[in-house]
Amino acid sequence: MLKEEKEKSLVVIQLSGGNDYLNTIIPYGNDEYYDFRKTVHIKQDSVLHIDNLYGFSPHMAPIKNLYDQGKVAIINGIGYANPNRSHFRSMDIWHTAMPDEIGTEGWLGRVIRDLDPSSENVLTGVNFGRGLPRALGVKGVPVASVGNLETYGLFPDIKDDKQKQLALRAFTHMYGGVAKGNIMDYLGRTGMDALKGADILRTAPAKYLSNVEYGSDTISQSLKSMAQVLLADLGTRVLYTQHGSFDTHSGEILSHAKLWEDVSSAVGDFYDDMDEHGRNNEVIVLIFSEFGRRIKDNGSGTDHGSGGVAFLIGSEIKGGMYGQYPSIREADQLEGDLHFNNDFRSTYSTIIEKWFELDARPIVNGRFEQFDVFKAS
Amino acid sequence: MDTNANDMSIMAHLMRRAGFTATRMELEAYISDGYESTVEKLLFPGEPENMPDDMIRRYHVDQSEMRQIEGAGAYWLYRMITTKNPLEEKIALFWHGLFATGYAKLNQARVLLNQIDMFRRFGLGSFKTMLIELSKDPAMIIWLDNNDNHKGAINENYGRELLELFSMGIGNYSENDVKECARAFTGWTLKNAEYMAVRAGKDSIWPYGRIAWQYQYREEDHDNGIKTFLGRTGNFNGQDIVGMIVEEIATARFLSTRLFQYFAADEITDDSELIISSMMDSYFESQYQVSAMLRTLFNSDYFKSEKCMYARIKGPVESVVGTARLAGSYRKPTLDVHKLWFQTFFMGQGLLAPPTVEGWHEGTEWIDSGALVERINFAANEFGDVNKPGVKYIIDRLSRQYNGSIKPESLVDGCLDLIGPIKVEDLTRESLIEFVSSYNDTSLLIGDINSIGAKCVAQTLGLIASTREYQLA
Repeated sequence: MLKEEKEKSLVVIQLSGGNDYLNTIIPYGNDEYYDFRKTVHIKQDSVLHIDNLYGFSPHMAPIKNLYDQGKVAIINGIGYANPNRSHFRSMDIWHTAMPDEIGTEGWLGRVIRDLDPSSENVLTGVNFGRGLPRALGVKGVPVASVGNLETYGLFPDIKDDKQKQLALRAFTHMYGGVAKGNIMDYLGRTGMDALKGADILRTAPAKYLSNVEYGSDTISQSLKSMAQVLLADLGTRVLYTQHGSFDTHSGEILSHAKLWEDVSSAVGDFYDDMDEHGRNNEVIVLIFSEFGRRIKDNGSGTDHGSGGVAFLIGSEIKGGMYGQYPSIREADQLEGDLHFNNDFRSTYSTIIEKWFELDARPIVNGRFEQFDVFKAS
Repeated sequence: MDTNANDMSIMAHLMRRAGFTATRMELEAYISDGYESTVEKLLFPGEPENMPDDMIRRYHVDQSEMRQIEGAGAYWLYRMITTKNPLEEKIALFWHGLFATGYAKLNQARVLLNQIDMFRRFGLGSFKTMLIELSKDPAMIIWLDNNDNHKGAINENYGRELLELFSMGIGNYSENDVKECARAFTGWTLKNAEYMAVRAGKDSIWPYGRIAWQYQYREEDHDNGIKTFLGRTGNFNGQDIVGMIVEEIATARFLSTRLFQYFAADEITDDSELIISSMMDSYFESQYQVSAMLRTLFNSDYFKSEKCMYARIKGPVESVVGTARLAGSYRKPTLDVHKLWFQTFFMGQGLLAPPTVEGWHEGTEWIDSGALVERINFAANEFGDVNKPGVKYIIDRLSRQYNGSIKPESLVDGCLDLIGPIKVEDLTRESLIEFVSSYNDTSLLIGDINSIGAKCVAQTLGLIASTREYQLA
């Protein structure tokens, strides 16, 4: 599984629950922001300025730091037409890249299939968390779903090591043997794939050596696991995780701050970790959420909205502001929300074609304008 | 196999299919009642009997409110685990997969659980009644947009799926039939949509408040024009459409096949065609009674034969509930019951959250490497604990039988018997025996559940639950 040439990987961080765009990239130079956000706002003097209109939340210092180095593309006003404000449906739309019909295949599952058409590597796609997000699901495409890298695999609850080894040996005998019928065959093959994937994945932490100290929060630990997997050269190309809940209907000031502090420091540490190993040019990070939030606050938090922000981060990214920051003027609002101005499938297509060098059309079901976010190679 | 062992094996098979597996004590009671009499009791169970709602609500406030999906899912799982009428819950799960309505669009679970309750009440009765109740079901009306289906401005969504996914199947009607069907269902709508929308605007954390939508027929929004449906012409309303749908052979075949795949075998072979056609006969003879179709299936020689046994892959919900029932857990309110709903989700069948109106893809599509690891680890953990009532019972039963030393072969065979009985490949049995043989001492003494032998029984049960055979129903 040693790679012969540099393979490009994608890390996806899903901000579940609907991230508040207005308090992430803050239009602090616009008085209307403070009019609509009487309580749930970030004070002008604490915003991390991008220019004299916009700035990062003060809880995103590590990402702002990367932005200043030209490594962060901010995709403003990302979304899709006829926004759906249900968490589940909107997340489904982002996962399947199908806003108008109900889709069943995940866009990243299709990417994984096209990267490894004969499923040679059971670890081309790895989800860090339990339960496969629909973004990764396509029938016949193996994807490992890892709760905890150190203990990942079968029988984590058998604490006695000798007994666990005996149970695994029995499992290998039972699943590896020839049995009657297609169904038993299929089960056997899947069981052996799971075992193989787990055996390989578990070796990653042992090989890992780094000076970076990640935080103890879950998103930091997930990104650390991702770094371990990438640095172990297991051929993993798509790495997925989610963090939340960004559903800040109440108490937003405190909770949103903590969420972004964790995500930003995790991303900053991950960047430093890859940098320390000279591998930063091989990976980009995509951060997205299913929707943004209402322009006007509700006194304590914000309700479901539309129009949001995504980030692409990496040393191969040409940093800057992309898309348009949507107008928040009363007359320009969409039922109290922001209008989107670029389809999320533009960002997907950009990643698929310019980073993975695959044909985006069959994956996102159409042709979308792409951003010029990568450095000339 | 002697007669008793054969009875036990067939009864266990019936209860894996018509229920969520049964414990040894339950199986013994069913056997003393007799097979066909058990089938009748399953088909006509009487009043629901399960963990009472007041008991559940005392421990789970969220299961009164039914706002969030995990609480609502856990509530249904409690009922599946503790019910005395397993087929009532099993058939509700069948309809939930067929008329797949999901939380995603509704954003509240009360209305979904009302739908599930409707499935319990009508699920074993007439398919005609079921389709009419379904057409009036508020969750379904929202799920497939019939509230947007108006006189003069039809929305075809429900009309189309009623024909394509819920009854005849594609190829048995024309595009024009779809439109005419939709016209006939204009005016079948929500009573309190405006109220619910106002609530949504004011109360975004509880988007639709704490009550559910209700059904209303609005004569003024119903299209009373002449319609032509399946070659017949008249001023049809929704009931008339359903009346014509259920008379179709395609409908009988569709429903018989779906019931067959859910209760008998994943794959349709020549043998299955025979039994499917008997089920179709029962459908027409009984005026569309699901109970009559299932009686035909369960009492058939085919159902009790080798061909039908282990011919299905357990769905995640069947797997989770069956394991919990055998291990004896969640029989009383348990604060981490939400974990169970998440388990179904991790294994690919988030209860109350089918991915699309097509429901879940079943059979081998249940299994991918991540889902298989979740299944195995959940079951191995449930059985690996000697303090679980069901595990204790098996240890106790083997102790009473052997009281003293027990050979690895006997321990494995005893576990395979009491966890099922389930039949396994020779290779599986040999691997299990080898595992047990690695224990120095497997003595079982009456009343001692902390001995090495007792722990060995628990680990062996866990290992059996990890086998390929255990994934089959």
